Formats: sequence, C-alpha cells, structure tokens
Amino acid sequence: MKIAVCVKHVPEQQAKRIDPATKRLDRSGEGGLNPFDSNAIEEALRVKEATGDGEVVLVSLGPEKALDSMRKGLAMGADRAVLVSDDAAAGSDLVATSLVLAKALEREQADLVLFGQQASDSDGAVLWAAVADRLRLPLVSQAAELTVADGKARVKRQTEFGYDVIEATLPAVVAVSDAINEPRYPSLKGIMGAKKKPQERVGADELGIESAQLGEAGSRTEVIALNDPPARGDTTRIEDDGSASEKIVEFLAERRMV
Amino acid sequence: MSFLVFLEHHEGDFVKNSLGVLAKAADLGEADAVVIGSGVHELAAKGGDFGARKVWVADDAGLEAPLPQPRVDVLERLVRDHGYDTVLFGQSVLAADVAAGLAARLDAGLNWDLTDLLEQDGTLVGKRPALQDSVLVDVGWKSEPRVALFRSGAFDPTQAGGEAEVEDVEVELQDFSTKATMVEQAHAESEGPSIEDDDVIVAGGRGLGGPEHFKLVEELAQALGGAVAATRAVVDAGWYPYAAQVGQTGKTVSPKLYVAVGISGAIQHKVGMQSSGTVVAINKDGNAPIFEFADLGVVGDLHEILPKLTELVKQRRS
Repeated sequence: MKIAVCVKHVPEQQAKRIDPATKRLDRSGEGGLNPFDSNAIEEALRVKEATGDGEVVLVSLGPEKALDSMRKGLAMGADRAVLVSDDAAAGSDLVATSLVLAKALEREQADLVLFGQQASDSDGAVLWAAVADRLRLPLVSQAAELTVADGKARVKRQTEFGYDVIEATLPAVVAVSDAINEPRYPSLKGIMGAKKKPQERVGADELGIESAQLGEAGSRTEVIALNDPPARGDTTRIEDDGSASEKIVEFLAERRMV
Repeated sequence: MSFLVFLEHHEGDFVKNSLGVLAKAADLGEADAVVIGSGVHELAAKGGDFGARKVWVADDAGLEAPLPQPRVDVLERLVRDHGYDTVLFGQSVLAADVAAGLAARLDAGLNWDLTDLLEQDGTLVGKRPALQDSVLVDVGWKSEPRVALFRSGAFDPTQAGGEAEVEDVEVELQDFSTKATMVEQAHAESEGPSIEDDDVIVAGGRGLGGPEHFKLVEELAQALGGAVAATRAVVDAGWYPYAAQVGQTGKTVSPKLYVAVGISGAIQHKVGMQSSGTVVAINKDGNAPIFEFADLGVVGDLHEILPKLTELVKQRRS
C-alpha cells in the first residue's frame, strides 16, 4: 500500500500578513507544517501500520524551506518527501496548484492520496476536489473515520445533515477532518532519523509543466484590492484573576442580558 | 453575465444557502439554475419562485446520492453547451467539492468564502474576508467561466413568485465519477434540541476536557435560559449529540448572546456562529482565534469560572 499525503508549509499563525505590494500572503518569515496536515500524516501512518507494509510519501508545492515542514512529517514516521519547488510557482491559485500536485502525484501512482481538512493560511478547503478531478480518481472529503480493506476506502464523513458512509475503490483521494485522530508527536529517534530519509526536490519542468501554467501566469483568479474589514464593536479582553465571573455578569448586565 | 446557480436540495427541499445565492444572481442579471438528483422534477419547477429564469434538471438514479463527482459531469456539460460565464455555489460540504472539481475540469478560476459579489466596470468582483476577517479582499477572475463559492448565509433567499422554464439535461457520467458510492446516507436528525431559534446559546468545545464536564455548560445555559451547543471536535469525539453542533457542517445560529466555552474558534466553528449578537469567550489559551471575534474575551480556567458564573447568574435572576 502506497500512500501519498499532500502537505503545505504555512506562515506562523501570529505573523500572518498580506504584502501590500504583491497582494500575496507574506511567506518570508518563520513557518511550519499546516497543523491540519498532521492529521492526514497520522492517518496515513495508521493505514500503513494496519496493512502491515507500505510506504508513506509526503508531497508538497512550496518554497525551499517547505522541506523543514516536511521533515516534521518524516519525523512522525513518513518514509520520504517530494517537494516541487519553483520560483515561478509563487502566487499559484487553485487551478495552477492542483495541476502541479496532480503531476507530482501521477509520478507516484499511490493507492491512496490524503489531504488535511484545510490550509490554515488561506482557509482553503477545496484543493483535494480539484486534484481528484485532474487525476480522474474517486474522492471523499470530510472523513471522520477511514478504513482501508479489500481494495476500497470506507469513509464515515460528516455533512450538514449528519454522518454518511461512503466507499471508494482504490486508488482514491480522501480528505480527512481534524477530528479523525490525535496526531503523534515525533520521537527523538524519529527526529534524528528524519534527516536521513529521502528528500527530493523537483522542478516544475521535470514534471512537464511550463512556467506559463504556474504562478500568476497560470492562475485564473486575482487579488484586486485589499480593504479594511467592516468595523466590529470594541472587544474587551480580561485575564482571570479570580474575579472573571463577576466581570462577565457585569458585562452581561450592562447589556441587559441577565 | 449569464449565471448558472447550483441549487442544492435535501429530503425534498432546497437548501437555503443555495436559494440565497440564486437571489443574488437574479439581482445581478439573468440567472438559470440546475437541480441534480433522482426524482427531482417537481422540486425543480419551484426554482422559478426563487428567481430562476430557467431550471435545468438532471434526473437520474445514478445521481440520487449527494456525491460531488457526478455533479461535476453534469455541470461541465451545461457550461460547455450553453456558454454560461459564471457558475455560483453556496457553501456546503457537497458544493465545495463540486465547485473545485468543476474549476479543475474547466480550467476555471474559483474564488471561495465570498460574502458578496458585484459588477464593477463590466466585470465581476467578489468580496472575501481573509486572515481571521482582519482584511477584506477584492478578488476577481482573469478568464471565463468564473466559479464562485459563497460563505454560508451570505444572502437571504427572496421568494419572487416567478415561473421558470424547466428543461431536462442528458446525463452522461465519467467512469471515475461512479467509483465512490454511498453506503449509508445521513438523514436530518429529528431528535435532540433545535438550537436555531434560541436567543441565548452556551457552547462547549474540546477545552472542557471530557464529556463529563458538559454539565458545566448545561448548568450555565439553564441559568441563562438558553440552549447548549457543541463544536464538531466534541461531537465527532462522541461527547455531545450531533443535533447540537454549530459550524460549517452543523447548525448556523445567530442568538443575541453566544457564550463559547473551551472553544478555540476554528473557521469550521466560526462560520456557524459569526452572526451572533454578543459573543463571550472563555478559554485558557490567550492565543485562541475565538478572542479575535469575541466582544468579551476571558482568558482563564473554565472549570474555575463557570460554576461561579452560573451561581451569580442564578442569584441575579431570582
């Protein structure tokens, strides 16, 4: 069983800002593995452990330093990492990003392709469907439980109406929710071993992708302007010093809510 | 502009979100809609009442289960054959997957999480709050067709009382679109409380530490005369019933007062409660995103604060 997990390197939560010049998310500072992706890595490791053998490969599109994030996944137990890195790819939208990932995944021919619930930077939660369409593979999203057996992925997923059970024949694309598992922490041994695991950097041209298909040139959407959001009323923040309950009641009383 | 709106339905009724998007499209120009499913002809005809000029119907046993990929096949054909330049969706688990699949299929731009759409200098511009709503981004499309996915509750449906022409679409599914099958489909849960109409809601999240601590939330809700809600994380973990879940895949609520207890405020939760009047958040992690949209944020231990708070509220109300 070969399992590919698509992961993303995202800026640190606190430091997120949009660069007014490029109108893109500023990716120059510190970053890390998209926290939602660790659920997908954990699930891949569990499937691998349950089936007894196999390989977990991490696939990403991002800058050079995305390898740092991928190493965290390797430390958790993934076997290898493939990073598509290309200067021309910065600013790629869904159409361009899904094309690159699909090409990289085609090369891997995995039995199962996993995604996390969303990207914590763009709040995007749609990439898997675009990738599945390009790979012409069946898709199940919002997986709260996943079992792989007899050439099928069986998924319990949550929708607006409750829980569905869906089966998809392998190879398939599955996007897991952040409630599916509790990701393991990398062990010291895992962290030490991660550096030695194969980490491949691939250029877009090696995947047969032209630079016109990447970045802003290859994107079909654009950011036109950045504006201030509609104002929200003042927010009050208090640290509990033992009197928080009284302060909450005062706050509610002022608004005639108690 | 020629709009095509994906009209989602569940158990014989249109999903309100998608009707809101239809109303918006009808406001901007000529809006056609598409209804996809099995045995949906009768429902489709009602689309005119909500502003559709024409309703396409893809009615096929293979389309009964609400799975995305067969719907991409239907929409692709409609857009290609009839030249729609803009396809609109209201956020849902199903619609998000259909929209993104369609964007890839048509090599079209998809803008998501939009709260508004307007015509500006002859083209369309979407409004998208980003980075925890700290910035409002104007987004556009560089080519046609355009695909857009709107945030839940972005628009209200309008019942215009019109009549739509209804026409069948021939259904031809791709091989890979039928490789995922529904084994057991969810039905709207009738048991459990209905929390949508309550003026006060107290919601609990993973920060409670265990199902036994939901008692604290229930007691505060009772003292305030409100209802109890839960996040997806605790519902999936089996701490509280699904009927009480607020968020993207649960209920969307807008009470006058929303008290969030031990809730980090992930986007999945936020979209279900962001139109609440006053939000009070109690969380021990001062960095939790919930504090960015709480009117009163309290950093502290909920196990200390809640019992006292409940007692004080009771005293005040008696």
